[in-house]
Amino acid sequence: MYAFDYVRPASLADAVKALGASEENRPLAGGQTLIPTMKQRLAMPATLIDLAGIAELKGVRRDGNAIVIGAMTTHADVAGNADVKAAIPALAALAGGIGDPHVRNSGTIGGSVANNDPAADYPAAVLALNATIITTTREIPADSYFTGMFKTALQPGELIKAIRFPIGAKAAYSKFEQRASRYALVGVFVAHTGAGVRVAVTGSGAGGVFRSAPLEAALAKGFSVDALKGAVVPSTGLLSDIHGSAEYRASVIPVIAERAVAAAR
Amino acid sequence: MAQDGIGASTKRREDYRFLKGIGKYTDDINQPNQTYCYFLRSPVAHAKIGKVDLSVAKSAPGVVAIFTAADLEAVGGVPCGWLITGKNAQPMKEPKHPILAAGKVRHVGDPVVAVIAESLNAAKNAADLVSIDYQELPAIIDMRTAQTKGGEPVHTEATDNMCFDWEFGDKAATDAAFAKAAHVTKIDLVNQRLVANAMEPRAAVGVYEIGTDEHTLFTTSQNPHVIRLLMGAFVLSIPEHKLRVVAPDVGGGFGSKIFHYAEEAFVTWAAKKVGRPIKWTAERSESFVSDAHGRDHVTHAELAIDANGKMLALRCDTFANMGAYLSTFAPVVPTWLHGTLLAGQYAYPAIYVNVKAMFTNTVPVDAYRGAGRPEATYIIERIVSKAARELKLDQAEFRRMNFIRKDQFPYQTPVALVYDVGDYEASMQAALKLGDYAGFPARKAASAAKGMMRGIGVCSYIEACGIAPSSLVGALGARAGLYEAATVRVNPTGSVSVMTGSHSHGQGHETTFAQVVASKLGIPAENVNIIHGDTDKIPFGMGTYGSRSLAVGGSAIVGALNKIIDKGKKIAAHLLEASEGDIEFKDGAYTVKGTDKKKTFGEIALTAYVPHKYPIDTVEPGLEETSFYDPKNFTYPAGTYICEVEIDPRTGTTVITSFVAADDFGNIINPMIVEGQVHGGLVQGIGQAMLEGAIYNDKGQLVTGSYMDYCMPRADDVPSFKVVTTVTPCTHNPLGVKGCGEAGAIGSTPAVINAICDALDIDNIEMPATPERVWRAAHAKTMKAAE
Ligand SMILES: Cc1cc2nc3c(=O)[nH]c(=O)nc-3n(C[C@H](O)[C@H](O)[C@H](O)COP(=O)(O)OP(=O)(O)OC[C@H]3O[C@@H](n4cnc5c(N)ncnc54)[C@H](O)[C@@H]3O)c2cc1C
Repeated sequence: MYAFDYVRPASLADAVKALGASEENRPLAGGQTLIPTMKQRLAMPATLIDLAGIAELKGVRRDGNAIVIGAMTTHADVAGNADVKAAIPALAALAGGIGDPHVRNSGTIGGSVANNDPAADYPAAVLALNATIITTTREIPADSYFTGMFKTALQPGELIKAIRFPIGAKAAYSKFEQRASRYALVGVFVAHTGAGVRVAVTGSGAGGVFRSAPLEAALAKGFSVDALKGAVVPSTGLLSDIHGSAEYRASVIPVIAERAVAAAR
Repeated sequence: MAQDGIGASTKRREDYRFLKGIGKYTDDINQPNQTYCYFLRSPVAHAKIGKVDLSVAKSAPGVVAIFTAADLEAVGGVPCGWLITGKNAQPMKEPKHPILAAGKVRHVGDPVVAVIAESLNAAKNAADLVSIDYQELPAIIDMRTAQTKGGEPVHTEATDNMCFDWEFGDKAATDAAFAKAAHVTKIDLVNQRLVANAMEPRAAVGVYEIGTDEHTLFTTSQNPHVIRLLMGAFVLSIPEHKLRVVAPDVGGGFGSKIFHYAEEAFVTWAAKKVGRPIKWTAERSESFVSDAHGRDHVTHAELAIDANGKMLALRCDTFANMGAYLSTFAPVVPTWLHGTLLAGQYAYPAIYVNVKAMFTNTVPVDAYRGAGRPEATYIIERIVSKAARELKLDQAEFRRMNFIRKDQFPYQTPVALVYDVGDYEASMQAALKLGDYAGFPARKAASAAKGMMRGIGVCSYIEACGIAPSSLVGALGARAGLYEAATVRVNPTGSVSVMTGSHSHGQGHETTFAQVVASKLGIPAENVNIIHGDTDKIPFGMGTYGSRSLAVGGSAIVGALNKIIDKGKKIAAHLLEASEGDIEFKDGAYTVKGTDKKKTFGEIALTAYVPHKYPIDTVEPGLEETSFYDPKNFTYPAGTYICEVEIDPRTGTTVITSFVAADDFGNIINPMIVEGQVHGGLVQGIGQAMLEGAIYNDKGQLVTGSYMDYCMPRADDVPSFKVVTTVTPCTHNPLGVKGCGEAGAIGSTPAVINAICDALDIDNIEMPATPERVWRAAHAKTMKAAE
C-alpha cells in the first residue's frame, strides 16, 4: 500500500468538502473492493474519506411505497432487515448471497453500486427494480445510472446517499456463480409490475449490467417459466473469459432467468 | 495397554495451537534489528535484461541495500537433487538456476532485484523506483511445440528446449503385444498444471551471528536438513556446523515446500552482507508465480487387449513441463515416480513409456501431492475405463478381470517395482458395496426422469510411498539417501522426547508418533513429546514427502525404541537380579519370566540417570538412542474409489452426489487422522478434476494468478465422503504401515472424470471439467441426438 491520509467526517457536508479538496481523494465505504486494490498498489488515493461515521447514510427506512436504503448499509443488514424481507424479499435474498459473512458484514450497498463491478449482484436489483440512486446532488434513475463496466453516472465529488427501491414488484434474483470468485457468472434479476417486466443481467455483459430485451419481450407475453421456452439471448455484447465464453453465457442466461421467474414472489 | 496408543482416534494435539491461532510460523518469527526483503520480479516471461538502474531506488527512504545478480556471482545456483539419464545415456540438461535472474528472465515472477529496507513498505516503494530495461523475446509456453518453435531457447544449454528424453520398459515386448492385440484403446490426456496453494505462503528469515560465524535460516520447509544440505553445500558454501535451518510450524506444503528456493538462500546470504537479520514473506499473488507448480503433463497412451478382455500392454508418450528452471526434484517426477507406476493394479506383462521433459517460460514444475503417481494413475485409470466402454464391459468388472490376484504377491511388475502385498479385490468389493454400485441404474433412471444426466466412475489406484531404498534411488539418479532418522530421549522421570527427521506441516505427526511411542513403551501418549523441524535439535533426516513419514520416519522411531527397550532389559536384569534373557517387557513394565518381580519403565529410566545401583561396567548410564532406517522397498497403498455425479445439461453444472473411498494403507495408527488425510486428498483430487488449473496465455502471463480466477475447492463443492479401509499390512517395515498422505489426491481425479464421461457417454473431457466444458459435451450430444 502507498501511504495515504485518512479522515472520518461526522457529517455528509464535511465528507463532500473533504472529497472536493482533491481529485486524488476517494470515499471509503466497506473497503472490500477499495482496500484490496490499494494493497495491490493499483489505487493510490491521497486521502481516504471514511463514510462510516456519518449516521444519515446508514439504515433502511420505508418511505411510502418505497424502501430507501442508506449507502452505508451493509449487505448483512439488508439481508436481515425485516422491512426489506417483507416488502422486497428478492432484494434481501440477493444481499444474503453476496460473498461470504466477512464481506457481507463489511461491504455496503453504496460501495457496490458506486463500484459497478460487471459481476456484482446489486446492480441487477437496482436496474430490474427500477430503483433511484439518490446522491448528494441529484436523483438518478437506474436506467441512466450504469454507464459501462466499472462506470456510472456519478460525477467527481458526488456521493451516493441512498437508493430508493419501489415496492410492489413480483421479483427474484438467481445467481449462477463463477466458481473461483463466486461472483455472478450469470445473475438474472426479474421484476414484474403493473408497468411491465424488467429483466436485468449481471456477470455477463461486456458493458456491465444490462437489461435483456428478448427476455423482457418473452415475459411480457406472460410472466411464467413457460413463456421463456425458446427465448434466445444473443451472444453479441457478452463477456468471454476463461470462466465462460459469450456463447455459453448466452445459453445459460435464459436458464437462470427461468429459475428467477420460478422463484419470483 | 497404553491409552491413546496405536489404533486410537486420538484428537490431534497440535490442533490446539493451530485452531487458536497461536502456532508459530516463520512469519511469526522476528529478530532484533530485523530488515525486510522485497523481490522485484519479472513482469514478462522471456527477456534479456538490459540496463538496470538502481540509482534512484538506492537513496529512497529506509533502503538498507539493493542487490542484483551482479552481486551474487560468487554464489552457486539453486541445485537440482536428481539426475535423470535419458536415451543413449544422455544426461539431462542442467542449466544454472541463479538466485537472482542473470542476463535473462525466464518466467513471469523470476526475481531480478532484491530490495532490503527498514520496512516492507519502504522496500516496495524503493522497488517502484528501480528501472529495468527488458528486451522481450518470444515466450515459449506450449511444451508440445517447444522443441520446434525456434527462436531463442529458454536456456542456451538446451537449444531445442528439451531437458531430457527418457524411456523405460520393454519396447520390443510392448510392440509385440500390440501386434497380437485384439483391441487397442487410445487416449490423449492433459494433466493440467496446478498451483499448490498451501494456506501459509512461503517465508524465510535469515540471521547471521558475527560473533560465532553462524547462520540461521527460518524457513517454510518440509525438510530442513535437505535445505541445509543443498543450500550449504551447493549454493552458499557454508559448512553444516555453521548453518542451522529451522522449519517451525508450517501451514501446509503439498510438496511445494520440499524444494530449495532462491529466496531462502538469498536471505541467508544477504543477512551476512548487510549484517542484520532479513525477513521475506511471500504475498499470495507472489506465491502464484514463485512456488513450484505441479503436474503439467500431456500424454498419448495406448492399451493392448486380447480377445478375452485381458490387458496385454501399455504404451505412453508424455511431455512433461519442467518450467523455466529445474526445481529440486522436478526430473524424478515424470520419470521414476511416474513410469514405474504404470502397471497400476493390473497384471499386464509389457509396458513402455517415453517422457520428453521440456523447458518453457513458465514457473518451475515439481512434485505436488502424489508427484508422478497421480499422472500415472490418471493415464491407467482413464484408459482402462475408456477400454471398458469400447468393449461394452462393466468398468468395475473389466478391472477385476485384470487385477493382480492376492496369491500373486510379491508381484514383479514389468516396470521394476515389486509390490510386496495387497488385496485389490477386497478394496474393490468394499467400494462397490459402500457406493451401492448395483443400485446405480435405478438412480440413473431417476435422474434422467428429471432431465439430469447421472454417471458413475471407478478408479483402482496404486501408489508407491517412502521412496527407497537408498541404494536403489542412488542407482536411479538421486543425489541423496532416502532413509529417516530418529532419536528417542527418555528423560530421567520417564517422559519421552522424540527427535524426528520427519516434518509435520499438517499431517498430525505430533499425535501419531506419540501414539506409536505410547504403545511400544506402555506409557501414556501425553508423556511423549515430538520434536521436529530444527537441524540443531534433530538427527540428520530427510523430511516429509511421498507419504513417507510413518513408513520410514515411524520405522526409525521404532528402531530407536527397540534399542531403548533392550537397554532397559539390561538395567532391569541388574535390578531384579535375574539374567537378561529372563526379562520380559510388556505394558510398560519389565518382569522376570514366571515371577511377579517387576520394575516399571519409569523406575528403569530413573535408574539410568541416577545409576547408583547399576551395571555400570557393562551398560552406559542414560537412556537415549538413535536409529536410522533405510527401507527395503517402497510401500504400496492401493484402493478403489467410486464417484457418482449428476449433471444439469442445460448449464453443465456437475454435482458429486456420492464419493466412496476404500483404501488399503496397511496397519493404521490413528484412524481419525487417516480419514482426515483421505478427505484432504480427495478434495485436492476433485479440485484438479473439476475446478483447478493454471492457465498461461501465449505471452506467458499467468491468467489464473489469484483466487478470483484460480478456483480452489471449498467445502460445499464436495459431498460428505464415505471412506473405509481394508488392511494388508506392509511386509517389510516394523509397523506394517504404508502411508496415506497422497492416495486421496491420486485416486480421486480419474474417478471423477470417469464419472463425468460416463454421465455424458463420451470418451474424454478436459480438466478441469468446468460447467462450460461439460455443457459443450452435453450440448454436442443433444445436437447429435436431434439429427
Ligand atoms: C471475497 C469477496 C467476495 C465478494 N463477493 C461478491 C459477490 O458475490 N457479489 C457482489 O456483488 N460483490 C461481492 N464482493 C464485493 C463486495 O460486495 C464489496 O463490498 C462491494 O463491491 C464494494 O462495497 P464496499 O462497501 O466494500 O466499498 P468500498 O470498497 O469501500 O468502495 C468501493 C468503491 O466505491 C466508492 N464508494 C464507496 N461508497 C461510496 C458512496 N457512498 N458514494 C460514492 N462512491 C462510493 C469507493 O470510493 C470505491 O471506489 C466481494 C468482495 C470480496 C472481498
